Amino acid sequence: MKNNKNESRREFVQKTAMAAGALLTVPMGVDGMARVHSEQKLKLALVGCGGRGSGAAVQALTADENVELVAMADAFADRIERSLKGIQDHFDGEKKIDVKEKHRFVGFDAYKKAIDMADVVILTTPPGFRPYHFEYAIANDKHVFMEKPVATDPVGIRKVLETAKLAKAKKLNVVVGLQRHYQSKYIDLKQRLDAGAIGQIRSGQVYWNDAGVWVKKRKPGQTELEYQMRNWYYFNWLCGDHILEQHIHNIDVANWFIGDYPVSAQGMGGRQVRNGKDHGEIFDHHFVEFTYASGAVIASQCRHIPGTMSRVDEVFQGTKGSVEIGKGIISGLDGESTYKYPNKWGEDPNPYQVEHDRLFASIRNGGVIADAENGAKSTLTAILGRMATYTGKKITFDEALNSELHLMPEEVTWDTTPPTLPDTNGNYPIPTPGKTKMI
Amino acid sequence: MKPYFNIAAIFLLLILFHNETIAQENYIEQIQGNDYKLPMQFIPSGSFKMGSPKFEQGHFGDEGPQHQVSVDGFWMGQFEITWDLYNLFVSRELDGNQISNAEDSEVNIDVDGVSGATTPYVEMSFGMGIDNYPAICMTQLAAVKFCEWLSAMTGRFYRLPTEAEWEYACRAGTETAFSFGDDSSQLEEYAWYAENSNDKYQEVGIKKPNPWGLYDMHGNVAEWTLDHYIPTVYGQRIAGVLNPLAEGQKVYPKTVRGGSWMDSPNRLRSAARRPSTKKWKKRDPQIPKSKWWHTDAPFVGFRVVRPLKTPSEEEQKKYWKYESTQ
Repeated sequence: MKNNKNESRREFVQKTAMAAGALLTVPMGVDGMARVHSEQKLKLALVGCGGRGSGAAVQALTADENVELVAMADAFADRIERSLKGIQDHFDGEKKIDVKEKHRFVGFDAYKKAIDMADVVILTTPPGFRPYHFEYAIANDKHVFMEKPVATDPVGIRKVLETAKLAKAKKLNVVVGLQRHYQSKYIDLKQRLDAGAIGQIRSGQVYWNDAGVWVKKRKPGQTELEYQMRNWYYFNWLCGDHILEQHIHNIDVANWFIGDYPVSAQGMGGRQVRNGKDHGEIFDHHFVEFTYASGAVIASQCRHIPGTMSRVDEVFQGTKGSVEIGKGIISGLDGESTYKYPNKWGEDPNPYQVEHDRLFASIRNGGVIADAENGAKSTLTAILGRMATYTGKKITFDEALNSELHLMPEEVTWDTTPPTLPDTNGNYPIPTPGKTKMI
Repeated sequence: MKPYFNIAAIFLLLILFHNETIAQENYIEQIQGNDYKLPMQFIPSGSFKMGSPKFEQGHFGDEGPQHQVSVDGFWMGQFEITWDLYNLFVSRELDGNQISNAEDSEVNIDVDGVSGATTPYVEMSFGMGIDNYPAICMTQLAAVKFCEWLSAMTGRFYRLPTEAEWEYACRAGTETAFSFGDDSSQLEEYAWYAENSNDKYQEVGIKKPNPWGLYDMHGNVAEWTLDHYIPTVYGQRIAGVLNPLAEGQKVYPKTVRGGSWMDSPNRLRSAARRPSTKKWKKRDPQIPKSKWWHTDAPFVGFRVVRPLKTPSEEEQKKYWKYESTQ
């Protein structure tokens, strides 16, 4: 069965001349242009049934009319039930969604059982697990949509990079949820910059400053591991800190627009406001200077503090002008705008949907989308930033890439002791610049 | 009993029973522990012609037939609710400052029991500004729960305006397309809209107010009302109807009013109605999509009203949509 599928995929590859690169750079005019008709049913598994995973499942089921959700996996049964109901409610009878009870897999090894049943898998657990899930999916010849970040430590990054190579060799499609790469405005501005609109980028500022995200309080009867899994945002082995979990989007845009990854980083950060027992071990602000081989310097700031200036954006200054992506404006050196992205709110296709439209079109057409390597390197860039703010030292990209830092246990079961534990007062160890050695 | 006493007593009763016809003081609402001020403008009870005539430029079918409507008196926020105040509802960090059990309290609820909006994943001001800028992208349910929260915090009963109250306050006694007349070229002085907004919402209260002292009723952000959107509802009403409210259990469509920074002049008219749709959550990447945020409605905000006649506890729950969250 598996062999047959691979056969037919190879035939597809031979029949089509369309390169994945070309696919990526053609902005789509209409939502759903790439929706695909096909006789062959594609079986979908959802691994990680939170809100984002459930959203991704809906998008996958919308992208291609012949996709069936056959399996779901999560550490917690209640998350699966909530997710399934959410997906069913979304389609409201328009599409039959029915995952057999025996194919709703619960626990830390559930991912294997779900992945085994599918042709295409969605990997949307907390990011610490991603390298292991991705490795298993590619080893078993599955196409993958996985959310960012793709790891929380360099050991995980190296696993993803290895697996990315294998995925390419196997001609499997891998889309990473850095959806700005699938967003018309970014694609348009990037093309203009590639054509020389602002010359060479010399500096930039990238932001994810807002009020922060959810907090899950500890409940009576929870083990430490269950509590950390429920409140995963605040634990580095699971989440990687918000500089990874959210700000990676903006850091990735800097890498993408510059066309390179930084050589080194230095920065500062801390936890000034979000510093209670429910807030685990992560910082509430980071400010990092990333230096690139060309000499370009990117100032990256992310803050989760209510009541402060909010901004999620990327801007770059080049030798001939500048670009403000949020406003969609390119300006000359005199500050006069030379171009404004014309589309209004709501006119562009939803990039979360486009990701899946492209993925399924590529699978159907025998194309290969290979997002994993960039996903891993941009995740590593964010880890590099975190290392810089936690240690207060200048750290190189190569040091980060080769670091033995290993936050994620090789295997997690309900008997595993979490790698970070509270002291007798319920406080977790907090990184201290100048003292923390985290390389 | 001496006759003059009787006359005085009758006069007193008249005042008691018809106090809505007598102008009330404007006042400033405030949350303890925060210096944000929300000026409340008194709008006396009255009667007006709701909807627009077919000959009005930009008239749409759902604005007719015009019909006479009466509304009781209420206070209305002079300004659209801004992020300064809305973020207190999202963060709930000042809930400990609830004014509890005051004797003259119009409400009897504990702020802890008020459902709260989740923190959004997307930065919902989209970089357009926070301090003194209108809050946007909230669902109608979130706006309703904000009113409940504000009521719990202050002891005064707040809710969203009905469509009728909104249009009555917006018209401020006028029967023209806008509260300043029919000439949309004057919009520049009164409103932020597609032509002058520079592609973003603007600080509240910058443009001229309407004749009753309300700012940004036309433009800046469109405003939630309590009503379910029923395009034919005007045709079903009896002339002179008092305090009409179109109820509907479904989440969509509800009516927003006043047009926004993204709209052309026609959508800013006093009579213009716009239905909400689930498309306003198109880019919410989560399933289930948030009950609290419309990722794709950066043009929607709201303002609050406080009716002169405080409704009963049961009625209050209806205005605060207890059936949706309890």
